[in-house]
Amino acid sequence: KTTLVELGRTLALEECALWMPTRTGLELQLSYTLRHQHPVEYTVPIQLPVINQVFGTSRAVKISPNSPVARLRPVSGKYMLGEVVAVRVPLLHLSNFQINDWPELSTKRYALMVLMLPSDSARQWHVHELELVEVVADQVAVALSHAVILEESMRARNLLMEQNVALDLARREAETAIRARNDFLAVMNHEMRTPMHAIIALSSLLQETELTPEQRLMVETILKSSNLLATLMNDVLDLSRLEDGSLQLELGTFNLHTLFREVLNLIKPIAVVKKLPITLNLAPDLPEFVVGDEKRLMQIILNIVGNAVKFSKQGSISVTALVTKSDTRDADFFVVPTGSHFYLRVKVKDSGAGINPQDIPKLFTKFAQTQSLATRSSGGSGLGLAISKRFVNLMEGNIWIESDGLGKGCTAIFDVKLGISERSNESKQSGIPKVPAIPRHSSFTGLKVLVMDENGVSRMVTKGLLVHLGCEVTTVSSNEECLRVVSHEHKVVFMDVCLPGVENYQIALRIHEKFTKQRHQRPLLVALTGNT
Amino acid sequence: MNTTVVAQLQRQFQDYIVSLYQQGFLDNQFSELRKLQDEGTPDFVAEVVSLFFDDCSKLINTMSASLERPDNVDFKQVDSGVHQLKGSSSSVGAQRVKNVCISFKECCHVQNREGCLRCLQQVDYEYKMLKTKLQDLFNLEQQILQAGGTIPQVDIN
Repeated sequence: KTTLVELGRTLALEECALWMPTRTGLELQLSYTLRHQHPVEYTVPIQLPVINQVFGTSRAVKISPNSPVARLRPVSGKYMLGEVVAVRVPLLHLSNFQINDWPELSTKRYALMVLMLPSDSARQWHVHELELVEVVADQVAVALSHAVILEESMRARNLLMEQNVALDLARREAETAIRARNDFLAVMNHEMRTPMHAIIALSSLLQETELTPEQRLMVETILKSSNLLATLMNDVLDLSRLEDGSLQLELGTFNLHTLFREVLNLIKPIAVVKKLPITLNLAPDLPEFVVGDEKRLMQIILNIVGNAVKFSKQGSISVTALVTKSDTRDADFFVVPTGSHFYLRVKVKDSGAGINPQDIPKLFTKFAQTQSLATRSSGGSGLGLAISKRFVNLMEGNIWIESDGLGKGCTAIFDVKLGISERSNESKQSGIPKVPAIPRHSSFTGLKVLVMDENGVSRMVTKGLLVHLGCEVTTVSSNEECLRVVSHEHKVVFMDVCLPGVENYQIALRIHEKFTKQRHQRPLLVALTGNT
Repeated sequence: MNTTVVAQLQRQFQDYIVSLYQQGFLDNQFSELRKLQDEGTPDFVAEVVSLFFDDCSKLINTMSASLERPDNVDFKQVDSGVHQLKGSSSSVGAQRVKNVCISFKECCHVQNREGCLRCLQQVDYEYKMLKTKLQDLFNLEQQILQAGGTIPQVDIN
């Protein structure tokens, strides 16, 4: 605008006008006039010969004062119209213009600047004036471009601001939604769990009573279903908290070896029914006392081993635990055992139905069931592996499954990071290999007992068992010896009752008689019988 | 300690012991027996098993003598011998031996000398077979221990 003003002043123009191409590019719209008012939306078609002539050159062109682009003021017969010059003003091509498939876009776009000398002045355009106009035209082009760019950037900035506000609002809404959902879940969970526990507890009690076979079957089904439902509820709650990232590991020190044995003990009943031998293999350098989330690690192992048992009809299952070195399967996942941490690797191999390698990625997806799994009447909720995977990831580890195909069994492997406890792991550092020990039952320590069995082998086995429980065992091989040896020091007497009849009862009576005077020191008599 | 050698041996051990269970040579009692072995009693299983085989040998000899003369068989003595054998084999988990003893007892009850002789022969065969197998198993155990490994725990049902 200033440019045109200055131009008008310098050249003492009557009028100075700027025509801009419309959005359609088919017309020129009068955008600015220096002195006269102009009607809004006053346009001329762009394809006028005079316009083409002006656009065709970068020079200022004299045009007729009567041409449409010059007719900006009311025509009055009195006036001798001054000379008019028009020059093209190149426009910066902006990609903001809407439609992208116009042929005109490849050509340059121009605006038209029209300059009119005062009427009745008999002035003529001089060459130097024309040169000036041409130079100014370029300046005007730049100025126009700047104006447009500025406008665009303002627009973009406003847009960004709006988007930021919208995003912030969306974020706050999402947070509110999550909070609401967590509250809902927490409350509903409690509300759902209470009746659930009541059902489970009372069904268990019902099982203990006298029931007809049909009734028993019904109660068992109720119990199984409610347990499954309870598991599902727990799983859903866990998973929702895991997805938020709001679940945190509960770290503590625990015995890793004991944990594995506990898992096996839990799985044993099912394995018994299915006649599946389970082998546990703990590496000798596996630390005993570690730091980590015991409950969740157990959940992972239980889930994996449980699946192995569940989906194997015959064969055997092997569970191996070792400290893993750096050559892990996944090259991106570089394992470096640092000073106070190590990576535990657990491999569970089963000889069950195996898995089609294409289905393996689906296994860890929530609720997804492959064809082969669905054909089994599995009681799985479908969430187990997904949750295990999340826990493993929380423990900075990795979990995957390998299978040679259908019918060839499969191996589930996972690594997790655990801390090494300061509690003594020295026994593992000695070179002496040890058979894993089952912790002794402390309530029998030092208990003096007497074992009477004629059969040497049985006697030795019974003694071994009692010694293992912590007792001090004396053995005798006949009834007479038993009577001789028994004393007030023996708290329990185990007697093999192999032959039915009066004999054993007599012995029991005679032991009883021996202690009539010291009734409070009478030993407990336990009959052992192997008669099946 | 060569971990691959140990792993191989452990694998062998696992497979062997599982096969013994699956073929019926051993039952759950044997695995219970293995659990009783610890640092305080490292040779428990070997000792019990060895005692069992000695017992077998002695009892079989006695019973053989009793069954020798067809006209003067002391079935009571044979029965008592079988009873002992049945008890011992149950205690160590020698399933096949125990099963033969059950049939053996029947033959004694009905005083079937021919049947008894057959059972005696079968018991002899079974205990010797088991003895060889367990010897192999213990050898594998020793190899594992010498290579610095630990014996895998195997749960059988």
